[in-house]
Amino acid sequence: MMEVTVSNVTKEFARFPALNDVSLDIRSGELIALLGPSGSGKTTLLRLIAGLDQPTNGKILFGGEDASHKSVQERNIGFVFQHYALFRHMTVAENIAFGLNVRPSSTRPPKNEIRKRVAELLEMVHLSGLEKRYPNQLSGGQRQRVALARAMAIEPRVLLLDEPFGALDAKVRKELRKWLREFHDRTGHTTVFVTHDQEEALELADRVVVMSQGKIEQVGSADDVYDKPGSPFVHRFIGEASELPVRVENGEVWLDDRTVGLKADGAAEGPSSLFFRPHDIEFLSGCGGCFDGVVVGSRRLAGARRLELELGGSQYRVEVDVPVDHPAALRSQINFRPKHWQLFPRSA
Amino acid sequence: MTSTTASTRWRLKEPSIIPGFGLTLGFSLAYLGLIILIPLAGLIFRASSLSASEFLSILTDERTLAALKISFGTALIAALINVVFGVLICWVLVRYDFPGRRLIDAMVDLPFALPTAVAGIALSALYAPKGWIGAWFTPFDIRIAYTPIGITIALIFIGLPFVVRTVQPVMEEIDREVEEAAATLGANRFQTVFKVLLPSLLPAIMTGFALAFARGVGEYGSVVFIAGNIPYVSEIAPLLIVIRLEEFNYAGATAIATIMLVISFAMLLIINLIQSWSRGRYGHG
Ligand SMILES: Nc1ncnc2c1ncn2[C@@H]1O[C@H](COP(=O)(O)OP(=O)(O)OP(=O)(O)O)[C@@H](O)[C@H]1O
Ligand SMILES: [Mg+2]
Repeated sequence: MMEVTVSNVTKEFARFPALNDVSLDIRSGELIALLGPSGSGKTTLLRLIAGLDQPTNGKILFGGEDASHKSVQERNIGFVFQHYALFRHMTVAENIAFGLNVRPSSTRPPKNEIRKRVAELLEMVHLSGLEKRYPNQLSGGQRQRVALARAMAIEPRVLLLDEPFGALDAKVRKELRKWLREFHDRTGHTTVFVTHDQEEALELADRVVVMSQGKIEQVGSADDVYDKPGSPFVHRFIGEASELPVRVENGEVWLDDRTVGLKADGAAEGPSSLFFRPHDIEFLSGCGGCFDGVVVGSRRLAGARRLELELGGSQYRVEVDVPVDHPAALRSQINFRPKHWQLFPRSA
Repeated sequence: MTSTTASTRWRLKEPSIIPGFGLTLGFSLAYLGLIILIPLAGLIFRASSLSASEFLSILTDERTLAALKISFGTALIAALINVVFGVLICWVLVRYDFPGRRLIDAMVDLPFALPTAVAGIALSALYAPKGWIGAWFTPFDIRIAYTPIGITIALIFIGLPFVVRTVQPVMEEIDREVEEAAATLGANRFQTVFKVLLPSLLPAIMTGFALAFARGVGEYGSVVFIAGNIPYVSEIAPLLIVIRLEEFNYAGATAIATIMLVISFAMLLIINLIQSWSRGRYGHG
């Protein structure tokens, strides 16, 4: 087990900063997700931790020890690549045993020991009986698990997974997700995985690192990043967001010339963006101080209906969720108020 | 069309969804028949005019045997050497970027493009006892031209592009991540090359070897000048065929040709079997 510290790391590719002054503490035994849109620097960060690339600036520490001069081989990490990178001329068993077989003879376990270990790992990833197969004779999900078993075989101090379920269908993803969580709880490895699927990150990780454009936007538990997003980006990126340009005046939220019945204690006065979740609202009848919208569109979601509303004389559009049997028709009036919301200052 | 071909029991591969399988297969077979099979059949037909004992006596003729041995032996050695250095050249061309890389890349094709006789004359001039290179070896009493060593050098020259051009595209496709995976698992550079990279190139290397070898066995133009063509020492089988033809001994010529054909065919068959086996396992090859 091992904690990993990323300290003020910058990585430039031909002067383009793929990572910009990133710092992160990964605790020992933690399952942590790097979440962000494409191109936000997730893979870059993971590769730096692995030692596959070197940072332009900053340091990476393994258990408090500077790892800058440690080669990939010395870092003892398990890396699972997005496209598995299995050795296709080797059987499943040979793939898994590879990391043990290449050890110098002084530290290499004896042959039967290796065989036993491979069998255990196969058992662990539920692939017993497939040891003689070649990678191209396996399904995507099976290859994924071989890659994981291969990385685990060397008993890495840290396990790094780059979009481990990226290439799989939704059902297999779900299964493997659950399996990875159990697997992590059982083995207790420090694990970092990359994903751009927010649901996956929230469900699986102890902590989620939200990244955008080479920077870390927020680090926190699923509850933190979902309920208390630290920036408009995080609010938009994680979960659904409805957003309105409002104003804070005298501790109240105003939309144009009306108060909307939300108390903005402690929020900075002036132009702000109001964020709320479409499903996290209450409906009101009659509107003394609330949002007053006209339905202009409606879509069926799995468990609800999503309405598109026009506010302030068709200036603004927001989305709210209503129960499937809600009678709202097009052009009808809906009065509502968000139950939870967040304000971020906006430059006018 | 696909449904009819799918029902034929002798098909070897699943027909693809792309239509026109029957048409393209028919055309390919007709074309191959015209270009390759009919001339070969003619050859065998010609040889079959010989009685078995006549055939056997030509086959066991010492000069024939010596020529066959030289042809296949030098081709084999040349192909093996080409495999080693061809793969090395591929590696340099694929993995490193250096000034002149494109030039070297283009140079590899020279043996394809050069008329073989030109190559042969140039090589024999270089390697003759008084030639630029040959002169270096004369003091040690090593003769290159007019010996099997000279033949081998000519065949190395001719065969190199076959290996490079077969292995290069496959090497270019090797995923960088596979190497990185090996490194994260603790493999050093040497282990990565010999346990991961080369084995995955093996099918391509074998194809390159087979092509270089087959070409070497049949090579004539570039060899006859440097070989010196001394019977029993440096006379290759294709040359012996020409000699027999010039003697109007058509039966003798076709008999030697048939033997070469059979041996070459057997070797290609073996290599193809190895390849289809590897394709079944690794899904490439
Ligand atoms: N080898 C490289 N050379 C130049 N630019 C690179 C290189 N690798 C990454 N980049 C750039 O760095 C940025 C971050 O890339 P990175 O691969 O880390 O993104 P990511 O978050 O993993 O995205 P995705 O979800 O699409 O995999 C991108 O803009 C990318 O173009
Ligand atoms: Mg990536």
